[in-house]
Amino acid sequence: MIKEYIFWPPNQKLVMTVKEAAIVIDNLTKKFEDVTAVDGLSLTVEKGELFGLLGPNGAGKTTTINVLSGLLKPTTGSVSVGGYEVEKEPDEVKELIGVCPQDTAVFSYLTGRENVELFGNLHAMPKEKLKKKTDELLEKMSLVSDAKRRVGKYSGGMRRRINLIMALVHDPEIAFLDEPTVGMDPQSRRAVWDFIKELKKQNKTVILTTHYMEEAEELCDRVGIIDYGKLIALGTPEKLKSKFEAKNLEEVFIQLTGRRIREEL
Amino acid sequence: MNFERVFSLVKKDLKRMIREPATLFLIILFPVILTLAFGISFGAIGGTQSTTYQIGVVNMDSAEPYQQWSQNFVGNLADADILKIQDYSSNETAQADLIQGRVQAILLIPVDFGQSCNSFWNAPTDPSLWMNTTLQLYLDSGSMFATQAISPIIEQVLAATVYGTQPISVPRPIQIGSPSLVQSNKLTAFDYMAPGIFAYAAIFLTMTVAQSFTTDRENGLLRRINTTPTTPSEFMTAQAISNMFTALIQVALVFAMAYLVGYRPSGDAASFALAFVIMSIFALCNVGFGLITATLAKSPGAATGIAFVFIMPQMFLGTFVGFALSPSAQAAGKFVPSYYVTDALTSLFLRGAPVSSPTILLDLSVVSICSVIALLLGILLFGKYGKT
Repeated sequence: MIKEYIFWPPNQKLVMTVKEAAIVIDNLTKKFEDVTAVDGLSLTVEKGELFGLLGPNGAGKTTTINVLSGLLKPTTGSVSVGGYEVEKEPDEVKELIGVCPQDTAVFSYLTGRENVELFGNLHAMPKEKLKKKTDELLEKMSLVSDAKRRVGKYSGGMRRRINLIMALVHDPEIAFLDEPTVGMDPQSRRAVWDFIKELKKQNKTVILTTHYMEEAEELCDRVGIIDYGKLIALGTPEKLKSKFEAKNLEEVFIQLTGRRIREEL
Repeated sequence: MNFERVFSLVKKDLKRMIREPATLFLIILFPVILTLAFGISFGAIGGTQSTTYQIGVVNMDSAEPYQQWSQNFVGNLADADILKIQDYSSNETAQADLIQGRVQAILLIPVDFGQSCNSFWNAPTDPSLWMNTTLQLYLDSGSMFATQAISPIIEQVLAATVYGTQPISVPRPIQIGSPSLVQSNKLTAFDYMAPGIFAYAAIFLTMTVAQSFTTDRENGLLRRINTTPTTPSEFMTAQAISNMFTALIQVALVFAMAYLVGYRPSGDAASFALAFVIMSIFALCNVGFGLITATLAKSPGAATGIAFVFIMPQMFLGTFVGFALSPSAQAAGKFVPSYYVTDALTSLFLRGAPVSSPTILLDLSVVSICSVIALLLGILLFGKYGKT
């Protein structure tokens, strides 16, 4: 949402555009016993922005997503989503968000359609709307012909696509997509990219975590690179590449840390 | 509470029961096969077969003018087609025959039996004036099914002899759990086992609930559901409903299979309704045990093993197996909820007790209290320690 602010004197109208923050992370630290997974992370994601959270395994990406979605409590610091403090107003936050977990979390004894409809029902969607949205998403993800098969019989890529649809069937304002394309074949990955681009067109706010630098460059308005729980770079892919005189984000990461982003995979 | 959400989760759980082979076997096929196998082996298909048990009786009651009581009692035992009575003059001779397997049980009628019965009828409402006594029963421990059946049959005949054929719910000088006369001549070993089989089937809900929770936890599904607006109370309500429904299906199936093999329980529509109610409540108890198991278990495999901590005592101490156990083990049975389920169903279907009889109400109360405690404890523990 763009807000107009009119400054004094009235005859000299100065219009300043301020974008509304969808997600605010303020000095977030999350510790698991003696391991610090997220270390003083501060970040603001604007409404309608597609924000990429990049970093190697164990950098703290998934922990950050889990704190944002209310699954984990911060050790210190605070997070707000859609204007609601996650710790104090989790119910309001859950109405706004859709979470696509890193590991496919699907009921293998249900069909693809049943999985999607179950999560639509958990978000209390009206029946007609749910059916329409389910049909639409299955079509977009090329799963219509397999929708009546049990997910246990799906290939890995198909399970990942259903995993994503389950997160988005209720048309959430804010989506947390935790490595949604890991293990996908190039064709499926491309389909998911197109799908995520559509979310952007619909003015949805998306936080996308990924290992794939080309994915971040293709999709994200801005990226934040985190390592050992700390934010080490923040900006648009173009600005970061320009600042570090790098060909791609991978080179940016190497320059910042001296190692490859996917070396721990 | 959003009932659409609850309904969706119930539907999901019931689909799991039908579609997952292991769950389908444990919940549906196993009770069906068990009932059929036991019914065919120990029942009376079509009501044409019957089993007889050889009982040795040592009647030591000779105190005039009350000995008529013991003579009537022995006569009634002899009238039951399922029993063959052999009189012994001494306990030693009878014991020798029991050891050699010539009889399957020995019943010692004490010298004051008639006096005890008479004291009851002189002051039926004043227990302080009764002369209490005990019948001694020795059972052949090598014959599991005989030992299961004989004790309740003798109780029934005793009740009919001393108190008449009407259900009785007042205190008595001779403790018997049987409030009414059972037509012993039509009963088979399976009739005594059937109530325990209902409880036996539901016990395995502990395992399926534990497996379901640990599998969903391991696959990240519990966390995923936790990111939706679904509340813990909606989730647990769905669990309770789906498992109660499952228990009802089990009862209906076991009834159907038992009927098929000749089981014709006593009781009216109210008895059947109460049986369904008590089994539904017992299902909640097993949901609670399942949640406790899921809290302790780190994986579905471990859940299967740990579930037996709850299953085995309930199975051996509280179902159809219980009658074959030692007196101390039978006493221990009173600490497991399945004992009260079996006892209530036995009272309803074998003894023909009305639904409002104190025995049944007591059983129902104990099962309800156990279920509430187990469920609350399960929810509390799983919520605190079991979610991750």
